[in-house]
Amino acid sequence: MKLSIFVTLKPGVLDPQGKAIHKALDGLGFSGVNDVRAGKLIELDVADDTSDTAIDEMCRKLLANTVIENYRIVRA
Amino acid sequence: MKTAVIVFPGSNCDRDIAVALEQVTGVKPAMIWHGETVLPDGIGLIALPGGFSYGDYLRCGAIAARSPIIAAIVAAADRGLPVLGICNGFQVLTEIGLLPGALMRNEGLDFVCRDVALTVENAQSAFTSRYAAGERVSFSVAHHDGNYVADSDMLDRLEGDGRVAFRYAERVNGSARQIAGVLNPAGNVLGMMPHPERKIEAAHGGTDGRRLFEGLLETVGA
Repeated sequence: MKLSIFVTLKPGVLDPQGKAIHKALDGLGFSGVNDVRAGKLIELDVADDTSDTAIDEMCRKLLANTVIENYRIVRA
Repeated sequence: MKTAVIVFPGSNCDRDIAVALEQVTGVKPAMIWHGETVLPDGIGLIALPGGFSYGDYLRCGAIAARSPIIAAIVAAADRGLPVLGICNGFQVLTEIGLLPGALMRNEGLDFVCRDVALTVENAQSAFTSRYAAGERVSFSVAHHDGNYVADSDMLDRLEGDGRVAFRYAERVNGSARQIAGVLNPAGNVLGMMPHPERKIEAAHGGTDGRRLFEGLLETVGA
């Protein structure tokens, strides 16, 4: 089973990388970019019988730091 | 005082902290590989060194924080044993959850590598008893991810409970409320981005860091 785990910064957590990307887009002349937030995509290939609980635990215990990040699990 | 230095793949300040500890305590620290599961008996301090454990993959300190030795460190911290995390060691302590908050990419995205002025905020802890509250000291910093974040309730609590040990006296990395080092509620776990072990002898350009280890030795006992 293939999974995509999207890890994103929680709203309100400052994102220096997103800011830098935003600046670079402005520098390239792209106007109208209101905001940029950078996150991570982690692709997992797991056994078909892996439980939702186990997948959720993988996210909470390692893949995301829930102090600053949210995660979203998408089944391919 | 016997001490232990935890070594992760990618630690690079383990030797510096070992030299500093040996100079101050007179005893060579035990170097403990992260894959171990037990700590030596009779130690008075566990130090988590600076560096780039696991190449900072995933998040700084994230993978090191899931090492086999961590359970023993958490158990020792719960018993009140002093634990000091410097730079990457601080990042590891937040990832373990022994300290609150997280360390993010520096504001401005620059790697900051220079001496910075710090203010000692809490001079009562086992780590800071040889300093005066409000004293200005100079430590080295060398990090890319030292931007301390925590929610405002937690920041208020840290300040209210005297758990901010050191604060930057200048803008360094965008840290919330200029926080450079924080203590756990019991005061026996300290995480800090600046490197006290790089200010031990005059040849380092200053000796402000030495008192942190001398204070520990005094508090914990020989």
